[in-house]
Amino acid sequence: MFGDFTAVNAITFDVKQGEIFGFLGANGAGKTTAMKMLIGILRPTHGHALVAGFDVYKQPESIKRNIGYMSQKFALYNDLTVTENVAFFGGIYGLSKALIKTKTKMLLDELGLENVANTLVGSLPLGWKQKLAFSVALLHEPKIVFLDEPTGGVDPITRRQFWEMIYKSANQGTTIFVTTHYMDEAEYCDRISIMVNGKIEALDTPEMLKRQFNVATINEVFLKLARG
Amino acid sequence: MNPFLGFIKKEIYHILRDRRSLLILLGMPIVQILLFGFAITNEIKNVEVAILDYSKDATTLEIINKISASPYFSINQLMMHEADIESVFQKGKVKAVISFEKDFGKNLIKDRHATVQIITDATDPNTANTISNYINSMVQSYLNEHNKTLTPTYQIIPQTRMVYNPELKSVYMFVPGVMTVILMLISAMMTSISITKEKELGTMEVLLVSPLKPLQVIAGKVVPYIFLSVFNAVIIIILGIFVFKMPIQGSLLLLGLESVLFIITSLTLGILISTISASQQTAMMASLMGLMLPTILLSGFIFPISSMPVILQVISNIIPAKWFIIIIKGILLKGVGISFIWKETLILIGMTLFFIAISVKKYKIRLE
Amino acid sequence: MGITLDNISKSYNGIKALENISFEVNDGELFGLIGPDGAGKTTVFRILTTLLIADEGNANVAGLDVVADYKTIRQSVGYMPGKFSLYQDLTVEENLKFFATIFGTTIAENYDLIKEIYVQIEPFKTRRAGKLSGGMKQKLALCCALIHKPKILFLDEPTTGVDPVSRKEFWEMLKRLQQKGITILVSTPYMDEAALCDRIALIQNGKILQIDTPDAIVKQYPKTIFCVNANNKYQLIEALKTYGHQHSVYPFGEFVHYTDQRNIFDVEDLKAFLKSQNLSKITIEQVQPTIEDTFMELAR
Repeated sequence: MFGDFTAVNAITFDVKQGEIFGFLGANGAGKTTAMKMLIGILRPTHGHALVAGFDVYKQPESIKRNIGYMSQKFALYNDLTVTENVAFFGGIYGLSKALIKTKTKMLLDELGLENVANTLVGSLPLGWKQKLAFSVALLHEPKIVFLDEPTGGVDPITRRQFWEMIYKSANQGTTIFVTTHYMDEAEYCDRISIMVNGKIEALDTPEMLKRQFNVATINEVFLKLARG
Repeated sequence: MNPFLGFIKKEIYHILRDRRSLLILLGMPIVQILLFGFAITNEIKNVEVAILDYSKDATTLEIINKISASPYFSINQLMMHEADIESVFQKGKVKAVISFEKDFGKNLIKDRHATVQIITDATDPNTANTISNYINSMVQSYLNEHNKTLTPTYQIIPQTRMVYNPELKSVYMFVPGVMTVILMLISAMMTSISITKEKELGTMEVLLVSPLKPLQVIAGKVVPYIFLSVFNAVIIIILGIFVFKMPIQGSLLLLGLESVLFIITSLTLGILISTISASQQTAMMASLMGLMLPTILLSGFIFPISSMPVILQVISNIIPAKWFIIIIKGILLKGVGISFIWKETLILIGMTLFFIAISVKKYKIRLE
Repeated sequence: MGITLDNISKSYNGIKALENISFEVNDGELFGLIGPDGAGKTTVFRILTTLLIADEGNANVAGLDVVADYKTIRQSVGYMPGKFSLYQDLTVEENLKFFATIFGTTIAENYDLIKEIYVQIEPFKTRRAGKLSGGMKQKLALCCALIHKPKILFLDEPTTGVDPVSRKEFWEMLKRLQQKGITILVSTPYMDEAALCDRIALIQNGKILQIDTPDAIVKQYPKTIFCVNANNKYQLIEALKTYGHQHSVYPFGEFVHYTDQRNIFDVEDLKAFLKSQNLSKITIEQVQPTIEDTFMELAR
């Protein structure tokens, strides 16, 4: 709660390991506030939450160390090169120089970025930046990754390539918590929740929700919920 | 409503609703004047001195009393040993040591020659100079009073009189200076920030794709700041007169007109900066580095131009503030009329026209 | 009348933002420029609204040349650039009044045009624009662009970042405006919105991929699309990629859209292959292509 304003009102849910969980809602619905509480940068007013086994009140620093985070607004430094960005974030999470070196090579190989390893990130196309940012968020092999509107603006092909990276990561056991306003991306998730005015009004697999509201797309589920 | 007036109305809303900037814009001149007036001063008052008197006769006693009685000095201590001088200075309170040789009075009468040593703490050379001059003249005047028959054997110390500022009151220096700096700051920096803000926010695009002519946009941005600047100038002068008793020798009307001229010069500079800045931050930095700093350092506000290396003296000629300070000091302190400052006025007008010409040329009617 | 672009090219810093762009928007049409970030949509808009000069080519708006007659064009079109461009510290009402004033009109004069839209934000008319939700900003920006009754409306990504409900409402408003005779050029990255336009131009990396009605574009999709599903989506995608005959494999919501290189093939063959890859609960069905499928195929 912020003063008189209840941004997030008694939301309850749990996310299993290796699950891709979609966190949906309009702007102002409370998504960002909820996410900030989970990544340890905002203290909840009431209730309790555990992230990766750590308490959000008492152990926010441990949470931060064990999760990965990527947001649309900021992910990488535009005036550092690809290699420098990797080295920087690797350093923050305490990776040794040797490990950073190995991981950098792996990352460049996987993403096909060998030729631009020493190019400033700012001059890369948006799609490359996003994929790179995601890989950097995974650098320290966190158990959970939080993605805040990660695929804004890119073309449909690049978006799918990004989601394929998410699938791969989830398949390897990483839990993915993602917010998006592309409703079709909601369908890529194992389960989704929809927030309206600070409350969770829906929480289930995409198929179940579509059946429940008797519609063909998550977009229509959303419209039905929002219009009441 | 007329489109141009509608635009000005919007600008006024922006200014009034930006509380923080408004506070700075209105409060700054007041704070600066008060700071300069009360806290920063070149004058000496109650400077602490120590006396090392090897003579201790009636003559030295009289001189010491004279020093003690003046408002400029106060006696901190009477020392015994020369060796203590160093530690006395190190403690920091004493700024000068006055040392009278043994048998000062006797020597003066017998040999017509006596030595008094004035040792000053020159870590602040300006003050040290002033202190030693004052003490010197005090000693001299004692001599003149008491021993009119004796011809002094020191060199002639010129009688100086600080013309137009007999007490060297620093207020006469800083009120024109502060006024110049504030006007330049408000007019140039705030205007340039206001224009680049529209660019940054994207609203400039919408303004361009509208019937508003670019000239109307610029003029609309500038008009509110003219009023703000004039208001500030008035406040500064009022504070100078009523709080610091600064006299105004010349015509208030002329002062007003020249101030408006300088405001316009600064505004056009602000517009020029906005044509080369893409972001508010750049505009602010350009204003601070390119205008404020040179204005403070090279306009003659604090440091006299004539004492600077020649190259800097030449550079100072392109700083509008330099000419305005000459104008404003002339009107405030010397009471001159336009016949004495027409040259500087013309230079300011010329600079303004020049800046306007460049701004018009560089003003982009498109986004590139 | 309307809008025409003829071989427009534009480069910045050596990068070609637009390459030989040509298309026409007819009078009274609702035309969509569809493409992702960086495709060149905003550049097209800026050239048409006379804010940028193209390196090559000509463009006309309402019969006027965008370079020579820029003054007249600027006085008569409605423009809503990306991110709404409203004055954050002015209220809803003040924003609207301002835009009316600089176009030499009043809110009352053309109120009937914006009434339907404005009534939705009127309760908030004394609220500062910065404090409005995305959907409300959108409506206000649209009102401000319409207040001087322009014949042509340029809307650059008006629905980006706005919630689905507002997006739907916005398009409904556009349709109604179109019925009042206004020519509208809209850009959007959302492929599903393309279907709501009369005609669309698909744009990617500064080049036009296709121009036609949404239906016609979809009909031109060269292959048959199959919706495939299995128990594990990730493994399904990987398996399909190794099938050998695949032309395209893309996740699409809860399914995977698969097209084959061959024109005709046996679906059971594919099913058997997938089973051999340890997948279960396999379903394969033919589906109609969407604009998005078409876009991706054209952009390959």
